[in-house]
Amino acid sequence: MRWLSLSRRALAPLAWLSRHGARALNAPTPRALGARRLFMASAIILFAAPALAVNPDEMLKDPAQEHRARELGKDLRCLVCQNQSIDDSDADLAKDLRVIVRERISAGDSDDQVRKFVVDRYGDYVLLKPPFKGTTLVLWVGPFVLFAVALAVVFGFYRRRAGAAAAPPPPPLSADEKRRLEKLLKETLPKEKGK
Amino acid sequence: MRRALFLLPVIVFGVMAALFVKGLTMDPKVIPSVLINRPVPEMSLAALPGRGENSGLATKDLKGRVSLVNIYGSWCIACVQEHPYLMEYKKQGIVPIHGIDWRDDPALGAAWLKKHGDPYERVGVDPAPGRAAVDFGVTGAPESFIVDKDGIIRYKHIGPISPEVWTKTLLPIIRELQK
Repeated sequence: MRWLSLSRRALAPLAWLSRHGARALNAPTPRALGARRLFMASAIILFAAPALAVNPDEMLKDPAQEHRARELGKDLRCLVCQNQSIDDSDADLAKDLRVIVRERISAGDSDDQVRKFVVDRYGDYVLLKPPFKGTTLVLWVGPFVLFAVALAVVFGFYRRRAGAAAAPPPPPLSADEKRRLEKLLKETLPKEKGK
Repeated sequence: MRRALFLLPVIVFGVMAALFVKGLTMDPKVIPSVLINRPVPEMSLAALPGRGENSGLATKDLKGRVSLVNIYGSWCIACVQEHPYLMEYKKQGIVPIHGIDWRDDPALGAAWLKKHGDPYERVGVDPAPGRAAVDFGVTGAPESFIVDKDGIIRYKHIGPISPEVWTKTLLPIIRELQK
């Protein structure tokens, strides 16, 4: 029976813990726990590396070429999930395009040639940054034109107001006008007082 | 002039609303193809197992008559939806239908045709990374291309073919090109 008493003594701290709860272990209060969780969650969100869909087996051996492929892939739209680039997308078609972009690079194509290869098949739509040309003129220049118009309107408004304020003061009243004014004031003021 | 200025916001709102309403009715998956009026891309695709050695699909097979090239795959769910119609159009014999088994295991592609019926005259396999499909500017399956007698792509339909699409859009184009 000796071992029993020994083990009971050994277990004493545990029993004490269970009585006094986790607080005895300097456990955070529920509020501190909430703050800690919030901190962890934001840390996870803030410091998470962007997950690329590029698989290791797709990568080119030459790091410089792989870097070019990444830069190209960033600007190529995945046609399946349309607001992701082919580098970000897990879609099969995006993978195919990544592989084909790398094939073109390995074959010695320049960046522009690779881009042209893809645009020849999928149109300008495949470029996440639309090219500057006739059909996209409104897209690129439109905002600046609108801004210029708005600026002109605001400028015109303030100039008109400033113009009104800076108008020359009216000429002083003549002796005759002053007399008429006095007369008018005398006629009207007592009446108003009477009311 | 002043009055016209007060109407301006109403007019701007009207124009914006009209644009947005139009935008709502458009399908963002339907991207205009740049391959329209361009020759069929250069390709020479292997045949499906069990369909005969000479039944693959190459660029030269698409010359001489109007044809319909249909992108499918055994993994493609919408293809099951359009397939009975393709079978029906094959029976009508208006236009030869060719298939491209895209991103697929050829054995699965062949088994799929055994199960659902085989409407195709020729079928080429285009395993990943689907080079032929990329050359065609394919964005998903099913997709169908109308190719004219000279091997020039004249129309692209994205998504499953329905009887409505067939009678209203595809058939008139095919008939026109067959003249």
